[in-house]
Amino acid sequence: MTALLNIQSLTVDRGPARILDRVTLEVGQGETVALVGESGAGKSTIATAIMRLLGEAQTSGQITLDGAGDLLALRERDMVGLRGRRLSMIFQDAGAALNPSYTVGRQLISAVRRNLGLDKTAARARAIELMTQVGINDPEARLTAYPHQLSGGMQQRVMVAIALAADPDLLLADEPTSALDVTIQAQIVRLILAQTKARGAACIFVLHDLALASQACDRIVVLYAGQVVESGPARDVLENARHPYTRQLKSCVLEIGTRDLIAPEGTVPSHRDMPRGCRFATRCPRVQDRCWAEAPPLEGGAHSFACWNPE
Amino acid sequence: MQNAERPVFELVDVEKVFQVRKPGQRFGRQTVGLHALDGVRLSVGQGASLALVGESGSGKSTLLRVLLGLDAPTNGQALYRGRAIREARAGGSDFARDVAMVYQDARGSLNPRMTIGALLAEPLRRFAVVPEAQIGARVEQLLTRVGLPADAAARYPAALSGGQVRRVAIARALASEPSVLVADEAVSGLDVSTQAQLLSLLRRLQQEMGLTLVFITHDLGVASYLCENIAIMYLGRIVETGPTDAVLAAPAHPYTAALRAAAPSFFQPIAEPLPGEIPSPLDLPAGCRFSGRCPRVQGDCHASDPYLARAGEGRSVACLHPLASPQASALAGTFQD
Ligand SMILES: Nc1ncnc2c1ncn2[C@@H]1O[C@H](COP(=O)(O)OP(=O)(O)OP(=O)(O)O)[C@@H](O)[C@H]1O
Ligand SMILES: Nc1ncnc2c1ncn2[C@@H]1O[C@H](COP(=O)(O)OP(=O)(O)O)[C@@H](O)[C@H]1O
Ligand code: SF4
Ligand code: SF4
Ligand SMILES: [Mg+2]
Ligand SMILES: [Mg+2]
Repeated sequence: MTALLNIQSLTVDRGPARILDRVTLEVGQGETVALVGESGAGKSTIATAIMRLLGEAQTSGQITLDGAGDLLALRERDMVGLRGRRLSMIFQDAGAALNPSYTVGRQLISAVRRNLGLDKTAARARAIELMTQVGINDPEARLTAYPHQLSGGMQQRVMVAIALAADPDLLLADEPTSALDVTIQAQIVRLILAQTKARGAACIFVLHDLALASQACDRIVVLYAGQVVESGPARDVLENARHPYTRQLKSCVLEIGTRDLIAPEGTVPSHRDMPRGCRFATRCPRVQDRCWAEAPPLEGGAHSFACWNPE
Repeated sequence: MQNAERPVFELVDVEKVFQVRKPGQRFGRQTVGLHALDGVRLSVGQGASLALVGESGSGKSTLLRVLLGLDAPTNGQALYRGRAIREARAGGSDFARDVAMVYQDARGSLNPRMTIGALLAEPLRRFAVVPEAQIGARVEQLLTRVGLPADAAARYPAALSGGQVRRVAIARALASEPSVLVADEAVSGLDVSTQAQLLSLLRRLQQEMGLTLVFITHDLGVASYLCENIAIMYLGRIVETGPTDAVLAAPAHPYTAALRAAAPSFFQPIAEPLPGEIPSPLDLPAGCRFSGRCPRVQGDCHASDPYLARAGEGRSVACLHPLASPQASALAGTFQD
């Protein structure tokens, strides 16, 4: 089966800084994939690169979307046709993503019209249907509300409705719940999973929380300093982690009842003094001479990792 | 109480009402009272650690402002070692020196034009913690204690990462040698690795210096790692309190149970979430304020408003039909009216 999305050797430079370095990853039809890693690792950059909204950056490699070819080679006009229709994105802060001066109805209806080419009446009916699907009670009344009149959770539901309006094949959700309370978080994650599943859509979740990633996603891709260091089925990556960084990330997760916390030393190196070999070498408990000299390649089949001295 | 001393903090039926414009009225001058805190009872002993947990708008920050004496309670008593907090605060620098605060927005709380060294020296001078000649050495000591390199003293906040800035905020809070540390979401929004570093630091400080800790967090994992006791807040009320381990192992209040279930846990199915959202404090349901979302709601819940009552060893719960925890059911007969 061909993958829905296939990213090969995606490299992104901003000036002298290599923000993403030969990132390779695949998303199958209807699959849910988590991107995890520390702040600055490049998770949002990957999602934004797929939407081709990176702006000034220099980009190389291929991002192949089934049926559309290499997105990086498309004309902007063709890309516009894909955004919102086959690819759509939800951001962390729904409040900032919605326009404060238009009602949510106007924003949702215009997304529906733009992406589905419906007339006004049909678009309004579809908007109401979408709002019902994302669990907004009394949708007709809510259409006339301005974003600030809705809670953060409601705003995020509206964003989910807008993103799903045209039944995209791939939904990119960049920390869609980290600004929300835990009980609302669970509602939104469940909503996104249920709605993408019902549509057979695939989903890339950018998440900070490994435990949540294990609950929500089929596969996990671990990023460190712009590189994929480990990727595979969620269980393999979390219960049989081969890369020392994945282990470290997992040992930092606090579950209820965690007594001992092994806090890792140090921080991610800055782009100015990135180690030449393995980028994790400065913090790795298993570092060897070779690690300083040569960057380990990402190897393996379904479960792959980039390390000279794996666990 | 084994300890004859007065608790560090004691709140007795504290109410905090803010006057806000009537909803729906953009220009009217009519105001209504918003109960940000309602009947809060709390006692924090010397050396204790308490986590305050609840959704946004539940009143955590307001409670903290009352503890710090920044807001006076509208009704009830808020005491610091037996004395009214506002009075203690007004009566000289002892209170400010003894009770230190770490704000959620660490960067915003630090003057960007001062070096880290100057930021740390400032409370040392204000409270005359050490003689002038020893200030440099003490700054260095503080930096080491929170795991920052000595050369950080010469840098400005802008040159530090988010995690490092939080360390500076903690070092600054510790400068006056307080016995109480109060923190509002001090580790939220940080990477798990940075968070782990800060939490182990806080735990070490707590053990080494015998700090009393009041810690606001929405993360039950953080609460359970750092704090012996927990208070769960919902819409201005404490709805359950007790030893963290016991409360989280067997919640008695349905809201605690829902928070517990919503906390991510490896490979568990995502729990059925609570329906709906936290209602507006201006539009409380009749009876129990959780009744609109509660999976255990019964007829009487719409009629009477439960208050915090004893429910086992060191535990209290405000619910007419609490979940049967082993302790609570053993003590069900002794429920006080
Ligand atoms: N517009 C920009 N200009 C320059 N550098 C940028 C820009 N956007 C991102 N970066 C840099 O690219 C790197 C990757 O950033 P990215 O936002 O993808 O990280 P992330 O993994 O999403 O982090 P977070 O968890 O904090 O959201 C970081 O070093 C960041 O500072
Ligand atoms: N200065 C104020 N004026 C009016 N309302 C306030 C003020 N401070 C807080 N509130 C209200 O009091 C309630 C509790 O707020 P807060 O203590 O900030 O909650 P939390 O910290 O748990 O999110 C909220 O409904 C909030 O809007
Ligand atoms: S390659 Fe070496 S430094 Fe890098 S993660 Fe593996 S053992 Fe550690
Ligand atoms: S009193 Fe009733 S509605 Fe309130 S928490 Fe208890 S069972 Fe639920
Ligand atoms: Mg990001
Ligand atoms: Mg708050």
